[in-house]
Amino acid sequence: MADPVQVSVSVNGERHEADVEPRTLLVYFLRETLGLTGTHVGCDTSNCGACTVHLDGVAVKSCTVLAAQADGAEIRTIEGMSHNGALHPLQEAFWSEHGLQCGYCTPGMIMASADLLERNPDPSEHEVREALAGNLCRCTGYHNIVKAVMAAAKDGQSAGVQA
Amino acid sequence: MSATDTATNGKGLFVGRAMRRKEDPRLITGKASYTEDIVVPGMVHAVLVRSPEAHARITSIDTSAVMERPGVLAVYTGQDVDLESGLPMAWVPPGIEVNTPEHWPLAKAVVKHVGDPVAVVIADTREIAMDAVEDVIVEYDPLPAVTDIEKALEDGADLVHEDFGTNKSHEWSLGGGDLEAGFAEADVILERRVVNHRTSGAPIEPRGVLADYRAGSLTIWSTTQVPHFLRLFLSLILGVSEERIRAIAPEVGGGFGAKLQIYGEEVLCAWLSRKLERPVKWTETRSEHMAASHHGRDQIAYVKVGAKRDGTLTAYHTRILADMGAYLMLLTPTIPSLGAFVMNGCYKTPAVQTDITGVFTNKMPTDAIRGAGRPEATHQIEVVLDQLAAELEMDPLELRRRNFIAADAFPCETALGIVYDSGNYQGTLDKLLEHVDVESVRREAEDLRSRGIHRGIGFSTYTEICGLAPSRVTGPSGFGLQTGLWESAMVRVHITGAVTVFTGTSPHGQGHETGFAQIVADRLGCDPAQVEVIHGDTGTGPQGLGTYGSRSLSVGGEAVSRAAGKVADKIRQIIAHQLEAAPEDIEVADGKFSVKGSPDKGLTLAEASGEAHIPENLPDGMEPGLEETSFYDPENFVFPFGAHCCVVDVDAETGKVDIVRYIAVDDCGPAVNPMLIDGQVHGGVVHGIGQALFERIHYDEDGQLVTGTFVDYALPSAADVPNIETDRTETPSPTNSLGVKGIGEAGTIASSAAVTNAVIDALRPLGVTYMDMPLSPMRIWEAIGEASGPAAGGGAQ
Amino acid sequence: MIPADFDYVAPETIEDALAALRDGGEDAKLLAGGHSLLPLMKLRLAAPTLLVDLRRIPGLSGIERANGGFRLGAMTRHHAVATEEGLGAAALAAATIADQQVRNRGTIGGTLAHGDPASDMPALLLAYDGTVSVTGPNGEREIAAADLFEDYLTTSIGDDEIITSVSLPALEGYGHGYEKFNRRQEDWAMVAVSASIKKASDGSCEDVRVGLTHMASVPLRATAVEEALRGGSLDADAIARAAEQAAEGTSPPADLNASADYKRHLARVLCRRALEQAAAAEA
Repeated sequence: MADPVQVSVSVNGERHEADVEPRTLLVYFLRETLGLTGTHVGCDTSNCGACTVHLDGVAVKSCTVLAAQADGAEIRTIEGMSHNGALHPLQEAFWSEHGLQCGYCTPGMIMASADLLERNPDPSEHEVREALAGNLCRCTGYHNIVKAVMAAAKDGQSAGVQA
Repeated sequence: MSATDTATNGKGLFVGRAMRRKEDPRLITGKASYTEDIVVPGMVHAVLVRSPEAHARITSIDTSAVMERPGVLAVYTGQDVDLESGLPMAWVPPGIEVNTPEHWPLAKAVVKHVGDPVAVVIADTREIAMDAVEDVIVEYDPLPAVTDIEKALEDGADLVHEDFGTNKSHEWSLGGGDLEAGFAEADVILERRVVNHRTSGAPIEPRGVLADYRAGSLTIWSTTQVPHFLRLFLSLILGVSEERIRAIAPEVGGGFGAKLQIYGEEVLCAWLSRKLERPVKWTETRSEHMAASHHGRDQIAYVKVGAKRDGTLTAYHTRILADMGAYLMLLTPTIPSLGAFVMNGCYKTPAVQTDITGVFTNKMPTDAIRGAGRPEATHQIEVVLDQLAAELEMDPLELRRRNFIAADAFPCETALGIVYDSGNYQGTLDKLLEHVDVESVRREAEDLRSRGIHRGIGFSTYTEICGLAPSRVTGPSGFGLQTGLWESAMVRVHITGAVTVFTGTSPHGQGHETGFAQIVADRLGCDPAQVEVIHGDTGTGPQGLGTYGSRSLSVGGEAVSRAAGKVADKIRQIIAHQLEAAPEDIEVADGKFSVKGSPDKGLTLAEASGEAHIPENLPDGMEPGLEETSFYDPENFVFPFGAHCCVVDVDAETGKVDIVRYIAVDDCGPAVNPMLIDGQVHGGVVHGIGQALFERIHYDEDGQLVTGTFVDYALPSAADVPNIETDRTETPSPTNSLGVKGIGEAGTIASSAAVTNAVIDALRPLGVTYMDMPLSPMRIWEAIGEASGPAAGGGAQ
Repeated sequence: MIPADFDYVAPETIEDALAALRDGGEDAKLLAGGHSLLPLMKLRLAAPTLLVDLRRIPGLSGIERANGGFRLGAMTRHHAVATEEGLGAAALAAATIADQQVRNRGTIGGTLAHGDPASDMPALLLAYDGTVSVTGPNGEREIAAADLFEDYLTTSIGDDEIITSVSLPALEGYGHGYEKFNRRQEDWAMVAVSASIKKASDGSCEDVRVGLTHMASVPLRATAVEEALRGGSLDADAIARAAEQAAEGTSPPADLNASADYKRHLARVLCRRALEQAAAAEA
């Protein structure tokens, strides 16, 4: 067996260090080593986006990143989107607009949407759809997901908060 | 509370409102617990060795190297697994013989499809187990693979199951009216071969199981739509008494029928846990899902329809070859029959006949996938009607109107003897046409054609059969399912007035916790926030039957309503006793049970419940407590209906289809929560669009699965589909007290035909008059080429 | 879903990386963004015994203007290429790679070294007449795009060499177009065509470069199209006539969704569209 690799990361603002097998994927490191099971696995070919998290501020598919590659990085997961019970505007919007059904793709959708709103706080519907091309949902037909992202963008703008 | 929380259409204080879901806070924060998230101390991991062959005899399995690997606990093959019986198939139709092959969690001697499991490795970690399966050396002696259902029925065809002497699993027919007279009367008879290709359910959460057998009792967490069936069958297959088994469907990440099954992995994990005395977890990879979670559709229908010159339908006959795959799983052979029940569509057709032949192939079995037989039925009816309209040179909508069952004809017994509960087909179509101006679409199409863009418009007017089901129709002496299809509910009011509802349904995204709470809140005069709905756990409420077939609201919701009604009746008696009023004079209003005409004289639910738990306050002989159960078996099915329209632009050069607009007008009776209905329609429609344009499970002629991952199986993303415009009409069903019908499958049932008709409409000026799904760019380009002939230099060059 | 076991190192210098690669033997692999390699490893279609991660080596990332062109560090992410001002068709192509998460992570060096003919950037490098700089045991060398792609997933980069940077000419004065055809937004190209056109003062075609993606086991230039247009008119007819030759000399691999005939047809259609786009674009 390969020698373990030491990984030191900040996840949702908290420092974690662990020795992991080199082949440990970031998604399993988050889910199994750190117990952050909000990040999901939906495929084995980097298509579905259920595992999307932020790595140093940008959205990545954590099933296609080794935990070792994330050494020294700042990671944000769905669990880090709300603070002291206050939901992130995207979480509020997904709730209000019925942007989820079974909820399995939802954490990835929210993280990918947050990445979009960081880059483009006022996206068109077309831009929202393009930005979510790497996230699959079987329940919603995407209609209310797109609506939720648009609503969150609008809220974020009117409130002057960065989404 | 959001703005959507305040809208009401006045049907109840809470029923009828678009309320935000109670489920969502845990789901949007990453705090929900899906099967894969659950960890039990001492847990070990199972990984399966699956057949790479479509059809082969297992000549040897060498597992000697596996046990050498540190961390491996055990490896088993099919010969090792001792069970009372194989995997179940629940259909025994009276008077009909069904060839039902043995089906074991691990193949015993012969593998019948790619992905058929042959061995299982159990190890301390999933990583070790995945490494160890590579050490299992299986030798196969390949047998000829049967992959084409038409050829499979020819004389001398290779056989999937030698012992049956045929690839036919069964034949089943449903008909009514005088078919011969109907065709004799017809001025025009049109025939089409309609292919409805194989698809995958593909919920984003793959399947998974965690089985923990200890001290003689089994707890099993599974990604299932049917935990109660799972308990029952585990009891029978493992020989464990039913009360010693607790089956739990925790948070389930979508099902779409793919999790309405008793899978070998569920049985195997339970067996392994008992054998190894360790909790055993198995998690499906997506590649495994594509190969080894049941598929759907896969039918060829030979349709013959007769009509008078004026468009009046006189007869409809369809002969369906249905690909069963290699085995018959829980409901495999019943799926095409579900479609046969509504082969009349929305129409008065006086003679209708469906003849079904099930055919074995060396592929993964098919079974229920969203709509289960009804999408296939609606697709063939609605596509063939457009074909007929073209033949008659008639407006497709005019043809439909001429044949619609009239709104005043309900309840209406069709030629098939099925009684449609309620409907207003003209009404939904009229409403649809308020949203789309067909003439202006046609004008736009003219303008666009000069730019090489071919705009088409297509419709689908459907009714479907759901709310499964009246047990007298579907049960052993009727259709032949070896179960009832009633549903149960238990409503418990706690001393403080908080309410717990137990439902036998098992939602996986539908929003029952919210919708059912709205129903109970209205019955009991409380806030839905105080009503917790518990589901998917055989260790809590009464025996239930699960979530599928758009049954949960119209059967399970009605059971909830009835149980809550019983509680309300008891409260009335208690209050009547205390206030010396008649129970029938106690009404629920403004969050209170009070005497009619004296709103200040009354008790809140909390007060009433407090009384109910202090026996001295109760009428003589009344038992304390506030808890009631209802088992509800519907008298009839429910028949949602609607009219859908799709507008597409086809790039004639590349064959690519762009959906410009999709408008759905559906009627599922009075809304409990219109926001949830819209959500179901959006998802359902996109599921049908997916089949029409993108998704296809494909095996090559050797039985190799070509579309084995999400790279090849093209589930559309947000960037590939349009917004879905929705509207509704509300025609109550007389079947249940809520007047409701199911809506979970309607979108899928309606949409593939609307898309297909739109694409064919777009291509007609290019000479293309018919196409089967999937309407992929290359197939469209080829069709255009074939229609224009080699001289035109189109696709055939 | 779980890769086979492997060792992992993340050296801090190119020299250490080269040494690790050498010591790791034939099954040692370089890891850049990992978006070509890790998916193969998860399906166990690839099982390297050692991964040498390049992430700690300074200077491998970023885009700078150099010698009238662009020098892109090998570890530059697709998103950076897609959003770089002045990168023309290369930026247009990078913006279509897979999805945003993949573009945030995948690298230009990684995708070129992988050499997948269905990927977008190899044909762009070829159309640009770009070069890659590689470092190996014998020092640095430049490989011209035309010499880079040898066969399916096979490049002329040695097993003991590392791409450090990619150079693209600025193509000042060119207009650009990129047409990619796929079934879904996030899919690989069924066929893609890049076009870059420089107009002479009279509006005629001074230079044109056309790249073809997924039309053979390697990326291709549509030389017949380029020759037909170069020095001539750029009106719609001329473009349409030239584009008819887009499939010449190609041998497109067929799959379930696209026959070779269909791909040849798509190449012609997309070529015309990309050329029209390039001809109409601001230079």
